[in-house]
Amino acid sequence: MSEGAAYVYVTYIRTTQEKLWAYLTTPEFTREYWFGCTAESDFRAGSSWKLIYPDGKLADSGEILEADPPRRLVIRWRNEWKPENKAEGYTRCTMELEAADGAIKLTITHALEKPLPRSLMIEAVSGGWPKVLSNLKSVLETGAPALGKPY
Amino acid sequence: MSDMDLLFKALADPGRRKLLDLLHAENGQTLSELCEHMAMTRQGVTQHLALLEEANLVAVQWRGREKLHFLNPVPLQQIYDRWIAKFERGRLKALSKLKRKLEEERDE
Repeated sequence: MSEGAAYVYVTYIRTTQEKLWAYLTTPEFTREYWFGCTAESDFRAGSSWKLIYPDGKLADSGEILEADPPRRLVIRWRNEWKPENKAEGYTRCTMELEAADGAIKLTITHALEKPLPRSLMIEAVSGGWPKVLSNLKSVLETGAPALGKPY
Repeated sequence: MSDMDLLFKALADPGRRKLLDLLHAENGQTLSELCEHMAMTRQGVTQHLALLEEANLVAVQWRGREKLHFLNPVPLQQIYDRWIAKFERGRLKALSKLKRKLEEERDE
């Protein structure tokens, strides 16, 4: 690999680009598919961003680097409660939305800023994203999440 | 063909499963890196990767002039959610019932 540890997640969701953008950037909506977690921000470039667990504990924090509704969102993102993950510094999460054959293609790239080949933080999010995205797809397509809790 | 049909078709071939295993071991590889571990022509690997991409099991990203392949686990998660998670939930429910019952007995 030429750069640091990274993962790429892709899902196709039968919805509109505007609705998907709203689900990614509205705190009340994130709770529906992110296992009760709230993404707190006004989602404008330069604003702060926080991910908060259902019990109010701070999970991750950072800032919005780019916001181009309803196409592209870039978040600078760091873990806040696991010292070994926090020590790796910031990651960069890019969300891209594009129309694709009657659905919206959502691509999430999550990479460590430091060029390390292995990353605990990237390993940790690699378990979470597929569940969150699968739930997001279910919520938007059927109105209900596939999973109520992470297992 | 439906998304699920594409997915199971893509998973039905041992060569394609090996490609997924290679990406699982090391994500973000180029075609040349993947070819080193595959006993088939470069053209064959390209065709298998195209099918994996069509089934959304592999996502590609350009980094400069390099095309990198990533294992995309989201469709596999959907299989899990659809057929397995509900059994898991049942087991968790049974465990919590057992816990409640045992604790009730202790209280008596």
